[in-house]
Amino acid sequence: MSPFEAPFAPDPPPEGLAFCDAVWAAALLAVDPGLGGIAIRAWSGPARDDFLRHLAALFPLSRKMPLGIGDDRLLGGLDLAATLRAGRPVVAPGLLAEAAGGLLILAMAERITPGTAARIAAAADGGGDFAMVALDESAGPDEPPPAALMERLAFTVAELPGDTDWPAPHRISAARVKLPLVRTGDQALTQICGTAASLATGSVRGESFALRAARAAAALRGGTEIAAEDIALAIRLVLAPRATRAPAPPEQPPPPAPEETEESETRETETPETLEDSVAEAAAAKLPPELLAALAAGGPKRAARGAGTSGASASVKRGRPAGSRPGALGGGAKLSLLDTLRAAAPWGKLRPQGGGKRIAVRAEDFRVKKFKEQPRRITIFAVDASGSSAINRLAEAKGAIQLLLAECYVRRDQVALLAFRGREAACLLPPTHALARAKRALAGLPGGGPTPLATGIAAARALAAAERRKGHQPLLVLLTDGGANIGRDGQPGRAAAAADALAAAKSCRAENISALVVDTAPRGNPFVAGLARDMGGRYLKLPYADAASLSRVVQDQGGAFGRAA
Amino acid sequence: MKTVFPFTAIVGQDEMINALVIAAIEPRLSGVLIFGDRGTGKSTAVRALAALLPEISAVTGCQYGCDPADTSSLCDSCREKRAQGPLPTTKTKIPVVDLPLGATEDRVVGALNLERALADGAKVFEPGLLARAHRGFLYIDEVNLLEDHIVDLLLDVAASGENVVEREGMSLRHPARFVLIGSGNPEEGELRPQLLDRFGLCVEVRTPTAIPERIEVVKRRDEFDRDPAAFVARFAPAEQNLRARILDARALLPVVTVADEILEQAAKLCIALGTDGLRGELTLLRAARALAASEGTAAVTLDHLRRMTAPALRHRLRRDPLDDSLAGTRVERVVAEVFAA
Repeated sequence: MSPFEAPFAPDPPPEGLAFCDAVWAAALLAVDPGLGGIAIRAWSGPARDDFLRHLAALFPLSRKMPLGIGDDRLLGGLDLAATLRAGRPVVAPGLLAEAAGGLLILAMAERITPGTAARIAAAADGGGDFAMVALDESAGPDEPPPAALMERLAFTVAELPGDTDWPAPHRISAARVKLPLVRTGDQALTQICGTAASLATGSVRGESFALRAARAAAALRGGTEIAAEDIALAIRLVLAPRATRAPAPPEQPPPPAPEETEESETRETETPETLEDSVAEAAAAKLPPELLAALAAGGPKRAARGAGTSGASASVKRGRPAGSRPGALGGGAKLSLLDTLRAAAPWGKLRPQGGGKRIAVRAEDFRVKKFKEQPRRITIFAVDASGSSAINRLAEAKGAIQLLLAECYVRRDQVALLAFRGREAACLLPPTHALARAKRALAGLPGGGPTPLATGIAAARALAAAERRKGHQPLLVLLTDGGANIGRDGQPGRAAAAADALAAAKSCRAENISALVVDTAPRGNPFVAGLARDMGGRYLKLPYADAASLSRVVQDQGGAFGRAA
Repeated sequence: MKTVFPFTAIVGQDEMINALVIAAIEPRLSGVLIFGDRGTGKSTAVRALAALLPEISAVTGCQYGCDPADTSSLCDSCREKRAQGPLPTTKTKIPVVDLPLGATEDRVVGALNLERALADGAKVFEPGLLARAHRGFLYIDEVNLLEDHIVDLLLDVAASGENVVEREGMSLRHPARFVLIGSGNPEEGELRPQLLDRFGLCVEVRTPTAIPERIEVVKRRDEFDRDPAAFVARFAPAEQNLRARILDARALLPVVTVADEILEQAAKLCIALGTDGLRGELTLLRAARALAASEGTAAVTLDHLRRMTAPALRHRLRRDPLDDSLAGTRVERVVAEVFAA
């Protein structure tokens, strides 16, 4: 099946070593915790619970890291409760230190902040003696766990076994003893690195992990040499998932990994294949220069309203922590113990009722946590790249988006790009600050095929909703000529497609997503106006050769949104 | 103390390695920005470099690790002590301090020492990361994801070499001169031009694509993981050589001369590239002098200048936000033109 299994046709496994891949990953990690860990891409359920239970049993101890853990608990620090009780500083070790020698379970890994991920990664690099399990419950490829973390986990497991065999504990402990004796042959190195190169796995960490995995597998078998089957296993467990994550340069596509079939189909349909496609690209290349030149004209007005839109609102309930201020408790305000103690500390000896070394805290010392709500703005462009659009004004739509991108740069917004054509909608660019990438993705966007408008709107809505859940502020910009002819079910038919599109638009309104609909039909399409109405968004006919007015509209929209929040 | 992977055992990545050595010879270059893929040994290189450099002498018991020889930038307490007699000194390792993403202002700048405040109600300053990085390296991984308010703090301290604290009823200042090392992937976010400017040099690293090179990387990593002591011993002579070369270069640096024609050429380069202000030119010349010193020559040649142009200038070009990354090709083209003329 898999192209890289062929050269290393595995012999029947030795007695007691017939495991499924997920169990192999777990066993290898238990033998060599230096493999970093396992990312489990599965939702909570009995299979995952069962797997975790078995995995944890292979380690002497396990600790779970909840989402939103503070630095004091993660890295250790003053134990405030104990400190107040004892009246002297009591220092508690952090979770990372407590997990030493054991397993660290990272719950909801896809929601871990880059900051927390960076701390864990630094601890892991700095000789942190723990293996990790990242529970990745992301709904799709749009919200992966932080890359700094995933990079340091050797394995990714998606299919969990139900009831299956697990290695006996004595095998693991025997393998641990054996591990230092396993020799690294040059041939193993060459095979692993060669395969990694053909799979375009990216970072050299992949090969390092694969080698470690092969050595652990050899130790588990009881051998001192890496055998072909160990290499095959390591390639399957370590390198194959990395190959699917890092696409190869276009001229040299990697052999698809077994679980990749669905994705490669997507890729095929995206490649331009009809005459119409090439027309759209040529048109895009001929973008009139005055579109960009008009940006300068839009500048001053933008500056004038800047102050209104950047408004971060101070809150005592949610947002990013932004220090503390004196204040009373109640109304949902959170006491900042540390700052309260800091406020009280200098008075230590002056306050008689404090007695001895105990610190006396008075009401006026109370400091409540202050949060700054500065949601990140994300502009999601949903572009109709169908054949009709391509004939009409896809090139101009692209020009308009470029203007808006410049706008986003000034506002330091993130952007995401979705395109719909043929039978489906594809996320060309997940939310990013790297506008150059957006520009590239846009330039490479081919046009052609029928218009699955409802699917496009639904995909945009889903992305917007996902961003909102992360606490960000989505703004949806839909560019279409309204020529919907593919329904939600993927079947052709204008009437059903139009009805589905309106239904999708209404669901955007229900989600209260702020939207702008740009009509790219030659003389405007009343259907698109109706779509905008149902979406509760603003409607704009793409004016000829005046993309600047479009960018002004987005500003206004963003402004209105900023005030509403 | 964990054994550190030897600097000289790093495979390839010549531009990064050279830039780090140059920055170690000339700390006034104030830092190196390393842009590139994950897993290319960026943090390994920084830690390895610090371990390679000779120990420094610091005032005993000083929480900032003041340099006893540099009397102009002593902290307040060292200054007081010095008035009473010679300062006691100890040898210490060059610090490498990580500034993690999401670090609070308190941790970066320093704050009231809670322990002392609780124990005896004393108002004592607890130094932050900036103080710990004094005379060493401040390493920021994923610098382009650093929050704006922390960047603001850094910008000022990196430029002035001094941390001024005015908070929680404390008012003090202490020296904080460090070599800023930042790394990140430009695809994941932009860096503010002010912060870019604080880095003297900027290099791009890529994941090696040649299989033999990748094999060597994996092989050395494997050997190091299996027997760190033996691996470090194997590279000890190379490390010793490089250390000696850096020390020689530092000694030579003050007498390295720059001829007028070199100055003129540097100016031409900067004009042709349209870099803002004089910092680009100054950095380019400093880097070229450090390169000359590292090669044991007492005069900067055009070749030194040419080789340092890309790292010293590529991040200082005025650029269009929608344009692609670091415009390395633009620098190359201008270098070719200016040197051909």
